[in-house]
Amino acid sequence: MVVFEKPKALTDAQTHYCPGCTHGIIHRLVAECMDELSLEGKAVGVAPVGCSVMAYDYFGCDMIQAPHGRAPAVATGVKRAKPDAFVFTYQGDGDLAAIGTAETVHAATRGENITIIFVNNAIYGMTGGQMAPTSLPNQITQTTPYGRDVNTAGYPIRVCEMLSTLDGVAYAERVAVDCVKNVNKAKKAIKKAFQTQIDKKGLSIIEVVSSCPTNWGLSPNDALQWLRDNMLPYYPLGVYKDKTGEEVK
Amino acid sequence: MAERVLMKGNEALAEAAIQAGCRNFFGYPITPQTELAAYMAKRMPKIGGTYLQAESEVAAINMVLGAASTGVRVMTSSSSPGISLKTEGISYMAGSDLPALIINVQRGGPGLGGIQPSQADYWQATRAPGHGDLHVLVFAPSSVQEMVDLVSHAYDTADKYRMPAMILADGMLGQMMEPVVIGQEEEKELPEKEWAANGHEFKRDHNIINSLYLQAQDLERLVKERFERYEVIKQNEAMCENYMVDDAEYVIVSYGATSRICKAAVREAREQGIKAGLIRPITLWPFPTEDIIKSIPNAKKYLCVEMSMGQMIDDVKLALNGARECDFFGHTGGIIPTPEEVLSEIKKMAGGEK
Repeated sequence: MVVFEKPKALTDAQTHYCPGCTHGIIHRLVAECMDELSLEGKAVGVAPVGCSVMAYDYFGCDMIQAPHGRAPAVATGVKRAKPDAFVFTYQGDGDLAAIGTAETVHAATRGENITIIFVNNAIYGMTGGQMAPTSLPNQITQTTPYGRDVNTAGYPIRVCEMLSTLDGVAYAERVAVDCVKNVNKAKKAIKKAFQTQIDKKGLSIIEVVSSCPTNWGLSPNDALQWLRDNMLPYYPLGVYKDKTGEEVK
Repeated sequence: MAERVLMKGNEALAEAAIQAGCRNFFGYPITPQTELAAYMAKRMPKIGGTYLQAESEVAAINMVLGAASTGVRVMTSSSSPGISLKTEGISYMAGSDLPALIINVQRGGPGLGGIQPSQADYWQATRAPGHGDLHVLVFAPSSVQEMVDLVSHAYDTADKYRMPAMILADGMLGQMMEPVVIGQEEEKELPEKEWAANGHEFKRDHNIINSLYLQAQDLERLVKERFERYEVIKQNEAMCENYMVDDAEYVIVSYGATSRICKAAVREAREQGIKAGLIRPITLWPFPTEDIIKSIPNAKKYLCVEMSMGQMIDDVKLALNGARECDFFGHTGGIIPTPEEVLSEIKKMAGGEK
């Protein structure tokens, strides 16, 4: 009897992620939710620019690779052209909360019926560890070598809190993938977000607090501990918006 | 029945797109293309289509990218400064082999420039509509009727070669009203797009719309394949009107609204006994090089007339390849040349005026 297997919505391609990176876990959760809700056949995923740019090779559904930060706009185009398609973006913090802030906020305020999977690891991974819009105060990165000085580099953006003020957002939850319990919660949240889109309730976003051992300069385990000690106090987990109980207009 | 109506150029472009099967429009307000978007906003909800006012031109072109990825006919329109913002998305679409239609109702530049008619985006449209090795199809109508006819043709050609197409109009064409016949009786059967990302339903492999190729060999191979396609386009898709060119000694080369002014000047020159003619490129990319070459034997001299400081003249000179001289006359910044000015230039060429 098979007790554990690869989700059907993942391809056989070997991922390029670093050892200890949590993208693999999050990919798996997204794919499991697609399997369980029978979404792969009608899904169009939008990959960002950043570490997860090659997500188009890993998810088995149709995929589009968007310009940096534009995934919510690309997803808007897909959903408006094909309202019956299941449309999700998979974006990192630089993509979503820096270069793509306008696209994110406006897709949200329009209530585009899409799902955003937002991976927040507080750093630009692909380009080698520069400050991200979500890098913590005093966090050392390649471009904040003395620590992020909020007087010159500003403060981190709390995306779920910001988006939860917008009427178009139907569901916003922040989860983490640092331990089994949280991974299970993250899966539930992603599934809920997908269901929100199926029910045509509006934009759903799941922010996944994750780690980047390579660019944080920590072992995978130490990175998860750093996440718990530093990121979770600044980015509290929980549901920030839930309009799923309301009637569709 | 298709009937003859009086329409503004910008509105005619919009209705022509709808007739060609476009049901998705993404835009951002900018003068002088405003009427196009306003027309779409009025029409699209009535026919089950999408009109969406995006947060920026950058977002609008990426919505176009998304919709085009699903295989539908989609359009965006803007004017010069907005087109600059769209070049990111245009490059990605060219790199992902996506067909779509982009309208540029040109105004004066650079920078915020002005809002009067201009043809100063020729270089941008034909040389660098985005970063990287790429071309887009560029069509240059000179009347409201031709705008309409070229919309449908641009969609068909973009679909055929899987690449973005641009209609390079200007503020004069966009704003002028002319009688026009729009409309096909029957619904057009659009070609099946097997490459589209619209949900595989387990009936095929997953489609990927992508422009990233990290292996240099792969990227070079793909770009070279694309350029082979561009060669086919150059051979087959160039369009041009030749007006009194057969025996012309003094050949004007001009496109778009400006070409109509030149046509009047050519007529007047002929009446005065000067053998003038007009070559009017209808496609700017591919440029109708052959039409220029064919005109060389009888021609003594060429004159390129543009609403710019002289941009298309580069392509004219490349086509002439030193066989004849080519002068330039033009205005920029929103000033429209007059037939009298062009006639005076023709006379100068012909040696009648010093």
